[in-house]
Amino acid sequence: MALLQISEPDASPLPHERRLAVGIDLGTTNSLVATVRNGIPVVLPDAQGRPLLPSIVRYLPDGVHVGHEAQNEQTRDPQNTIVSVKRLMGRGLADLSDARRFPYRFIDGPGMVGLGTRAGPKSPVEVSAEILRVLRERAEASLGGKLVGAVVTVPAYFDDAQRQATKDAARLAGLDVLRLLNEPTAAAIAYGLDNASQGTYAVFDLGGGTFDISILKLTRGVFEVLATNGDSALGGDDFDHRVYCWVIEAAGLPPLSAEDTRLLMLRSREAKENLTLHGTAPIVVTLANGQKVDLTLTAENFTAITQNLVAKTLAPVRRALRDAGLQPRDIQGVVMVGGATRMPQIQKAVGDFFGQPPLTNLNPDQVVALGAAIQADVLAGNRRAGDDWLLLDVIPLSLGLETMGSLVEKIIPRNSTIPVTRAQEFTTYRDGQTAMAIHVLQGERERVTDCRSLARFELRGIPPMTAGAARIRVTFQVDADGLLAVSAREQGTGVEAAITVKPSYGLTDGDIARMLQDSQAHAADDMAARALGEAQVEADQLVAVTRTALAADGDLLSATERAAIDASLAALARCREGSDHRALVAATEALNRATGELAARRMNRTVARALTGRQVDTLS
Amino acid sequence: MSITLTETAARHVASHLSKRGKGIGLRLGVRTSGCSGMAYKLEYADEAKADDLAFESHGVKVFVDPKSLPYLDGTELDFAREGLNEGFRFNNPNVKDACGCGESFNV
Repeated sequence: MALLQISEPDASPLPHERRLAVGIDLGTTNSLVATVRNGIPVVLPDAQGRPLLPSIVRYLPDGVHVGHEAQNEQTRDPQNTIVSVKRLMGRGLADLSDARRFPYRFIDGPGMVGLGTRAGPKSPVEVSAEILRVLRERAEASLGGKLVGAVVTVPAYFDDAQRQATKDAARLAGLDVLRLLNEPTAAAIAYGLDNASQGTYAVFDLGGGTFDISILKLTRGVFEVLATNGDSALGGDDFDHRVYCWVIEAAGLPPLSAEDTRLLMLRSREAKENLTLHGTAPIVVTLANGQKVDLTLTAENFTAITQNLVAKTLAPVRRALRDAGLQPRDIQGVVMVGGATRMPQIQKAVGDFFGQPPLTNLNPDQVVALGAAIQADVLAGNRRAGDDWLLLDVIPLSLGLETMGSLVEKIIPRNSTIPVTRAQEFTTYRDGQTAMAIHVLQGERERVTDCRSLARFELRGIPPMTAGAARIRVTFQVDADGLLAVSAREQGTGVEAAITVKPSYGLTDGDIARMLQDSQAHAADDMAARALGEAQVEADQLVAVTRTALAADGDLLSATERAAIDASLAALARCREGSDHRALVAATEALNRATGELAARRMNRTVARALTGRQVDTLS
Repeated sequence: MSITLTETAARHVASHLSKRGKGIGLRLGVRTSGCSGMAYKLEYADEAKADDLAFESHGVKVFVDPKSLPYLDGTELDFAREGLNEGFRFNNPNVKDACGCGESFNV
C-alpha cells in the first residue's frame, strides 16, 4: 500500500490528491532537489544517499551521463563533458568574454551559443534539461508519484533571457514550473525570514566557483532585491588552490604531472574541510614517483594563506551595500549560502563586518533548495486554507519603450512587484502613419542608447489618420517568473501585435550593477538629454506642419509675413542643430507665434470652403 | 484496545516532531472518502481533544478520536522504504479490502 506522510493538524490530503511539488536549486557546480515531507523541508538524496548532483553532463555515443558519473570522466573527455553550463544560459557567443576558458566547441548563431558534442549540437537549455530530468526522476521515485510542479531558483541578477532559458530547460525536462525564484529570496525563506513583517537582509553566497551577495528588503511579505554584487570567478575552489600551492611550496615539490596535481588538489580540499571540522588537518600524499608528502595544515596557516581571498569577498559586499545606500548596521540578518561559508574564517569575517553572527544553522549547500521547496509546497496548494501566503518578487530593471527623439518611456518601473501589468496609450507622429515600431527596452537611463534593447516589433494596419488621432494602447505584462510580454492594440480598429520577450542576450551581474549606478551618476545629464529630445520632437513637428501649411496656403500671406516665417524657420533650424534645449524651446515658440496668424486665416478659408454653396439646413 | 508504533516509526515521528519544533504527538484517524470508502488521517497533534483516546508507544504519544478507534483498533504504524520512497504504513487488521494504492480501504 501507499506510504503516507504526516500532515499538519486537519490538513490530511484526500486519497489520490496529494500534490507533489519540489524545489530545485539548479546550480553552477551542484544541483539539488528538495520537498516538504511530513511538514518539514528536506533534500531528496539519490539511491547512494548523496544529496548533491554535480551539474555535469557527459554525452556518450549511446546516451548521457549526468552527475557523479560524468564528473569522474570530466578530465578524460572534456569536449563532451559539459560543466558550469549555467554560465552559458541565455548567452550568445559575443556575451562570453571568457569563451576561451571553456574547453568546448562553441557554435555561434543567433541567440544562444551552441555546444558541439559527439551527440550533435546542444544548446545550454538542452544540457540543463538533462540535469533537471535526473532531479525530476529522483523526486518522482522518492515521492512515489508524478510531480504537479517545481519551483526552480535562479540568481537574482539573471535577466529575462536567462530566466526564459531556465524555464525552457525545465519544460524540456518534463517539469511544470510553478515559479522561478531568486536564489537569495529562497535562502531567506528557508530561514523563515519572510515571517517577519519587515527587515533588510544580506544573503552571502559563496559557492564552489562563484560568489554572490544580495541585499534583500522585506516589506509586507514581499522581498525586494535592493542590490546584487559578486565575483563570478571566486569560490571555494580558490581556497583549495591556495592550500595546494602551500603544499607545493612547503614540501618543495617540482612541477607535477596531471595525475599528481589532481591527487594533491583532492587532498588539499579534504584538508580544508577537515580543518573546519577538527581544527588541524594532516596532508599525507604519496606521489607517482614514490615521493611522500607529510604535512599538517593548521588553522593559523590556513588563515594566513587565504586572508586575501576572504578580503576579496568583502569588496563586493561593500559595493552592494553602497548601491543599496545602506550601512552594515542597517542589516537585520545575514544568511550564509554555499558550502564554502562553512569555513570559520569566512564566518568570522562576515560576522565582524556586519557586527552580528551570520545565520548558519541550516546546511548552506541545501538552504536555497529548501526555500524553493517551501515555496513549491505553498504554490501547489498544500497549505491549509487561511494559511496561504503569497510571495512576490520584483523586477530588477525598469521596462519601457522607445518614443520619438530616441527617448525611453518607462512603462513598468524597477522594483515593481510581479506579476504586474501596465498599459499606456501612444499615438501616431505623422499624418497618415499606418505602422508603428515598438522597441522594448530595459534600464534606468533616459536615452535609448544607454538602455538595453530587449525586442522590436511592428504594429501594422493602423488606418491613415491625422497625426495624434490614433490611440494605440501598449500593454506590458510581466508574469510571476519575471518574463515579459508586450502587446500593442489600435483602439479604433482593434488591430493588434504582440511579442513575448525571449531576448537573446544576457546581462552580467556587473552589467546590471553598472546600469543602475550609471542611472544615478547620470541623472542630471539624462534629464537634460530628455528635455532636449522632447524639444527636438516638438520643433520637428512644428516645422513639418508649417511647411505643409506654406505649401497649401502660402498665398494667404503677404511678402513680409512670409519673410518673417521663413526667418523663424531658419532660426529654428539653427537651434535644432545645437544642444541648448532652452534656445530650441524659445525658437519653437517664436515660430509658433509667427505662424499664428497663418493658422487663423487657414481655418477661416477651410470653414468658408466648407460652407460655400450649402444651405443652412443641410448643415448639422 | 490499542494502537502501536513500530520502533522505527516511533524514531522517525520523534525526529520529525523535534525538527518541526512543536507538537505533543501524533494523531491517527479515519474519515469517509476515497475510492474504497475510508481514508486514513495521519497528522501532527498540537493538543489533545477532550474525548481523545491516548496511547503511547516507544515514547511517542498517539491520539485517536473515539469514532475512529473501532476502525483502527489493533493497528500498528510502521515506517518503510520502497526504493527512494519512504513513509508510514498502517498495518490494520480491520481492513477487508483496499483500493489498489491502499490510500483508502473498507472494513
